[in-house]
Amino acid sequence: MRPLTEDEMRTMFQKLSTYIGKNIQHLLQNKTEAHAFRLLKDRVYYVSESLLKAAPNLPADTVLSLGTCMGKFTKGKKFKLHITSLDVLNRYALYKVWVKPSSEMSFLYGNNIPKSGLGRITDGVPQYGGVIVLSMSDVPLGFGVAAQSTEVCKDLEPTGNVVLHQGDIGEYLRNEDDVF
Amino acid sequence: MARSTTKKAPAKSAGKKKKVVKPPTPSPPASSDEEQEESENEVDDNSEGEEFTDGKTFTDDNQKWLKMKGDDSASEDDEADSDSEASISQIERDAMALDAEKEEEVKEFEEDLQRQRQEMTKVFHLPTAEELEEDEDRVVPPSEIRERVEEIIEVMQDFKRRREPSRSRTEYMDQLESDLSEYFGYLPELISLFLKMFSPSEALEFLDASDKPRPLVIRTNTLKARRKDLAQALIKRGVNLDPLAPWSKVGLKIYESTVPIGATPEYLSGHYMLQSAASMCPVMALEPQPGEKVLDMSSAPGGKTSYVSQLMKNEGIVVANDLKVERQKATVGNLHRLGVKNVITCCNDGKNFPKVMGNFDRVLLDAPCSGLGVISRDQSIKVQRTVKDIERTAHLQKELLLSGIDSLNAKSKTGGIMVYSTCSVSVQENEQVVQYILNKRDVKLVDTGLKHGKPGFQRYQERRFHPSMQLTRRFYPHTHNMDGFFVAKFRKLSNKERIPPPEEVEDEEVSGEEEEDVEMDVEEDEEEVSEEKKALRAKFMSGIVKPEDDEEIDSEEETKKSENKPKKERWEKIKKGKKKKGEKVVKEQKSKQVAGKKKSGGGGGPEKKKAKK
Repeated sequence: MRPLTEDEMRTMFQKLSTYIGKNIQHLLQNKTEAHAFRLLKDRVYYVSESLLKAAPNLPADTVLSLGTCMGKFTKGKKFKLHITSLDVLNRYALYKVWVKPSSEMSFLYGNNIPKSGLGRITDGVPQYGGVIVLSMSDVPLGFGVAAQSTEVCKDLEPTGNVVLHQGDIGEYLRNEDDVF
Repeated sequence: MARSTTKKAPAKSAGKKKKVVKPPTPSPPASSDEEQEESENEVDDNSEGEEFTDGKTFTDDNQKWLKMKGDDSASEDDEADSDSEASISQIERDAMALDAEKEEEVKEFEEDLQRQRQEMTKVFHLPTAEELEEDEDRVVPPSEIRERVEEIIEVMQDFKRRREPSRSRTEYMDQLESDLSEYFGYLPELISLFLKMFSPSEALEFLDASDKPRPLVIRTNTLKARRKDLAQALIKRGVNLDPLAPWSKVGLKIYESTVPIGATPEYLSGHYMLQSAASMCPVMALEPQPGEKVLDMSSAPGGKTSYVSQLMKNEGIVVANDLKVERQKATVGNLHRLGVKNVITCCNDGKNFPKVMGNFDRVLLDAPCSGLGVISRDQSIKVQRTVKDIERTAHLQKELLLSGIDSLNAKSKTGGIMVYSTCSVSVQENEQVVQYILNKRDVKLVDTGLKHGKPGFQRYQERRFHPSMQLTRRFYPHTHNMDGFFVAKFRKLSNKERIPPPEEVEDEEVSGEEEEDVEMDVEEDEEEVSEEKKALRAKFMSGIVKPEDDEEIDSEEETKKSENKPKKERWEKIKKGKKKKGEKVVKEQKSKQVAGKKKSGGGGGPEKKKAKK
């Protein structure tokens, strides 16, 4: 377990900023308790200070996870967000999309969201901006990339994609081994 | 004939009216009853019709009827006024019918009683060895075995009167054992284990309940949702549910569901966790506080760990340990899904624990066990577990519990609490393990805070356990409709190891008996002090039942005072602390003479020991 290098920090923040923008600073300066990012194997964890103090006592090779897993670095040194980070992303998210109950399950099976399934969308989402997907009762379901900006969405045909799927909570069941 | 048919109707209605009033007696089904009535009525009709034509009207019978009229039905009066002759005959008939009916009932009741008496006193013939040998060739239907099992259990309940004179109790028990193991498909040694723990009828109930599935239970994740909202959301999806029980504020019982409970969007977004009612209990007993450092020694798949975090409101540190990496993967997934943020998940051997990490405020050990309480979940336990397995797990449990207690910080301001639980009902894995720890470490049992559940055994066959064993809790499938479970809660008093005197283990085992003998002696010897003694004993007992703060302070004071003394002496002092206190009170109240007598007469086991030394 070690802190992230500057390069790693940069690639991760680039990815995060598409979802939470400048709110990254809230992550780094958490008001309730100081938090930090730690790299364990290829995974990045968002860890509170008290956990950080306790963790080194345990044999390093036996620790599997601590705090919240944000994602992992791929072999090509790119950063991939994991669904486990959804709670953190949702709290600071800039852009949100609400899904109609009818296409809720479709999204949870890993499909994109078509215009027909779109319930609501925040204003001013740029094309390819990161969005958090919520159900109509404000339960976070996953995240994705906006296929079109908000304005274009309005005139889209019903089958056209609004959100391209990136991660959804169905992954907890579908690929448990892959994510953890 | 026309008259008789018209008058039959009211007669019948009167009969029905009476029926409502009559006291409930064991009688054959209503339909046959009515048929009988009808036939009787018809007979009456004919006979009375003849009577009238003969001109015999107001006889003694009618006198009787005249009395009846007042308290019989008023509705029939109109009809009676209109046609007096008809009314007489009709009401008379009613009375006769009722009388006959009553008689019939009484007769039936008596017959029933007699039948029951016969059944109760009937001697059940226990098949002999030769008879059983004959049976070997044919396939005995399960219903027959079941019948025999029930017969034997009935005999056992009134053995003196209902046994066959030539057969011994062991013969009955052996037959019961083999029948039960055949009927339920268990290894015989497991059945004999259950029969040692339970009475025969309770064992049958237990085995029956172990074949039925337990209700599916979910626990609300209060970090993300409220139970009320969750219940509403699930009901919307077509789930039929109810709150689990009065003792749980987070449990929901699922009766039936049109959607898979483990794959709803609510589940995936971590609003609830599938968790049996029984596995909530140890966490409730642990009572983790926000900001503490807690260890879960065998955490997979994370149900209890997440409940711990939930009670700590995601503040503080929880170390979730488990031996197997594959199992821990599920833990990591569950914890993330439930939004738990204060957990370090790791894979260590629990036995290494104080070395790996120590100084915890609370430790939870849900020990690996034989699973004799969760047979309904895994039927293979019936044929795979042996007594040897139980011994092996018991050994492992002792090791794990010792290292769990060693990793506790006794000086913790809020905690110093260890909770031990298993999903087994066997005494070897529960009370015996707890007793071993009480002997080995400076800990005491405290109230688990679980109102439901049965107290742990204080005696099991030849073994006698510490009186405080009744603070532990047992849960059974047949009484609580939960998995079979055991929960014990320890409070660590000091970090020092308790070095037992050499003969200590034997003493512990017989101490219960010794105490009883002593008490009886006292009653015989000193009648003058008996009242006070009784009051004292009551105090003593209540002290055991609820170890309030004062007891805690007592023992802590004791430990403080006696810190300089040798360990052996201290250990004894703690052990008999309560008893000695009681004696002191008596000494103050009564003259020295009486007290002296008491000391010599009924000082108790520990006193005697001291004298020897």
